[in-house]
Amino acid sequence: MRVEIENLSKSWDGVIGADNITIDIPDGDMVAFLGPSGCGKTTTLLMVAGIYKPTGGTISFDGRVVNEVAPKDRGIGMVFQSYALYPHMSVFGNISYPLRLQKLDKGDIKQKVQKVADMMGIGDLLDRKIAQLSGGQQQRVSLGRALVKEPQLLLFDEPLSNLDARLRLTMRGEIKRLQKDLGITSIYVTHDQIEAMTMADRIAVMSKGVLQAYDVPEALYDRPKTLFVAGFVGNPPMNFFDVEIMSTNGEFRARSEAIDLVIPRDRAEKAAAVKGKITMGLRPEDVTFADESSSAGAGLTLTGVAEVVEPLGREDLVGVSINGVEMRVLVDKTKGVRVGNNITLVVNTSKLQLFDPETEQSLLWA
Amino acid sequence: MAQSLDKDTLARAAIGAPGPQRGTLGRRVRNTFTAYGFLGPAMGLVLFFFVIPGILLVVLSLTDLSSANFSDPWTFIGLDNFERLFADPFFPKILRNTVFYVFTTLIFFNLGLALVLALVTTNIPRRSGFFFRLIWLLPRLTPSVVYILMWKRIGQADPFGIYNQLFPEFLGASGGNLFLGGSPWTFVILTNGFVGASFGMIIFTSALESIPKDLITAAKVDGANVWRIIRDIKLPMIKWPLLFIATYQTLSLLTSFEYILLLTEGGPGLFTTEVWALTAYKRAFASYFGNSQWAFGATWAIVLVTVALLLAVIYVKLFKFNELIEEPRIENL
Repeated sequence: MRVEIENLSKSWDGVIGADNITIDIPDGDMVAFLGPSGCGKTTTLLMVAGIYKPTGGTISFDGRVVNEVAPKDRGIGMVFQSYALYPHMSVFGNISYPLRLQKLDKGDIKQKVQKVADMMGIGDLLDRKIAQLSGGQQQRVSLGRALVKEPQLLLFDEPLSNLDARLRLTMRGEIKRLQKDLGITSIYVTHDQIEAMTMADRIAVMSKGVLQAYDVPEALYDRPKTLFVAGFVGNPPMNFFDVEIMSTNGEFRARSEAIDLVIPRDRAEKAAAVKGKITMGLRPEDVTFADESSSAGAGLTLTGVAEVVEPLGREDLVGVSINGVEMRVLVDKTKGVRVGNNITLVVNTSKLQLFDPETEQSLLWA
Repeated sequence: MAQSLDKDTLARAAIGAPGPQRGTLGRRVRNTFTAYGFLGPAMGLVLFFFVIPGILLVVLSLTDLSSANFSDPWTFIGLDNFERLFADPFFPKILRNTVFYVFTTLIFFNLGLALVLALVTTNIPRRSGFFFRLIWLLPRLTPSVVYILMWKRIGQADPFGIYNQLFPEFLGASGGNLFLGGSPWTFVILTNGFVGASFGMIIFTSALESIPKDLITAAKVDGANVWRIIRDIKLPMIKWPLLFIATYQTLSLLTSFEYILLLTEGGPGLFTTEVWALTAYKRAFASYFGNSQWAFGATWAIVLVTVALLLAVIYVKLFKFNELIEEPRIENL
């Protein structure tokens, strides 16, 4: 089912929860609503579910405006962070509840519940009380309850946030596989950008009730349109520096008291319109560790002192102080960086981002 | 001491689990004292306000003590008072009245109206709900005598009652005899019920508000309408408060008589609205001929206490209140 959200707004007594949001979700896609707490992602989800009434704009399912349609008539299934299972019912009672409300035949209900439970790997737990289940099992029951009525749209409200790290990884894969197998259009609300990047076909990044960007994960990562998106998507987060762009001898340089880098002409020219300081962004992985043999040209390196070294296993996350400016970089752990080491970094300047500090918009990807 | 604290003991101490059975005598004595120390205050209250008065009541019911002979030594007359009680021609009527009064007030007001009020005021904007409940609580803040007398002034028969004086022909043309004159039970139960409902309302409101919002959202998405949400989610989730109020209010209504005393004095006519607790009070303290039959009043009272105790036991068993006390367990996720 195709879901179109157009100019959707929600406010309570002047407090804005969601502001003029427009998102078009193609049939069968999984879209993540990504953003920090209070960004409006859950508000938007609850409007799609029909729990909140929009103060403006429309929501359409397959071209039909559903603003006035009750949640029970929207053909949706929902999975919650808290699981929201009915504690006084058994597993069977929980999964069968939507079907019992539809007054289906008892035999049909039993068959459908068993099928969904088997698919979720909880087929042998149907008689259990909810309190007798582990968190992972509870989340499966919750998923089963959402799927049993064969919804046209699945809504996930931070479904994995209450699970431990390993289980989260497993469930992440399972949910994605299930969603693709069943082909049900899905909206997935999360504050975890890794979840959003790995699971979603498209991501809607939100902040303070405003849609910041809506694009495929790679585009958000490589071509962030706003400073917020650049800072929020990617882990460890992007480094930002205040620089001025100068043109000398046909070369463009990004300069501050601490930094002096030659930057590519195509990027620099787009920033030329802005006078004075601009914000330059550089991802921690777009920097390589220079050893003696490296032949990086002048103006492409930065030198500094390692102040913090955090081993991540495969790599080390090193906090480098470059003439007093902090920068986080990911380096090969075989380099064996120690706190206090003087290091030289080669910057992949073809990946750097430039933003207008006033409007926080990208100067490269308008 | 310190070296005997192995990891196991510490773990048990951390979760408050009982220690191993190999404790020394001294430790066991100390544990017992601790247990009784915690139980002590509550046991003291029960002892002074229930057990001792109960024993005195039993002893008193076996005498013929009254205001006529209180200066004489007590004379024990066996079970004569009990025989007199059960032989009383109005005994069946009083019993019927009591059952009617208790369960009608309980079902329609202390549970029914309380539940309706709680469900309604939690479903309207928070501020209005709070305001409405506050208004409903006002009679609780008024001394009950004042509250009762106000209603009495309104409900009395013409020419005393305000309503019947103003609208003698309105509402069924009662000839100025509506409420206290025409249907005293309805008026008594309404007057008591309006106040009585506020207790359940407060308890049910807090129970309803503690139901996680997600559960209601989930039920809506699953396809439940308002009525199914109440029936399938809300009522089961407030099962324990409902059972508690049912039990508590039954027992409290059994012993309440001040509304009836002040509104009708058990009348009009003979024992029309007389309940058990009122009879006990009248026999003991308010005889027409100035003779307070303390021992006979005590007999009515002790029978009522016994019935209440039995009811309490039945409620506890029937409603499985012991299920409320669960073994603590550590959640493994």
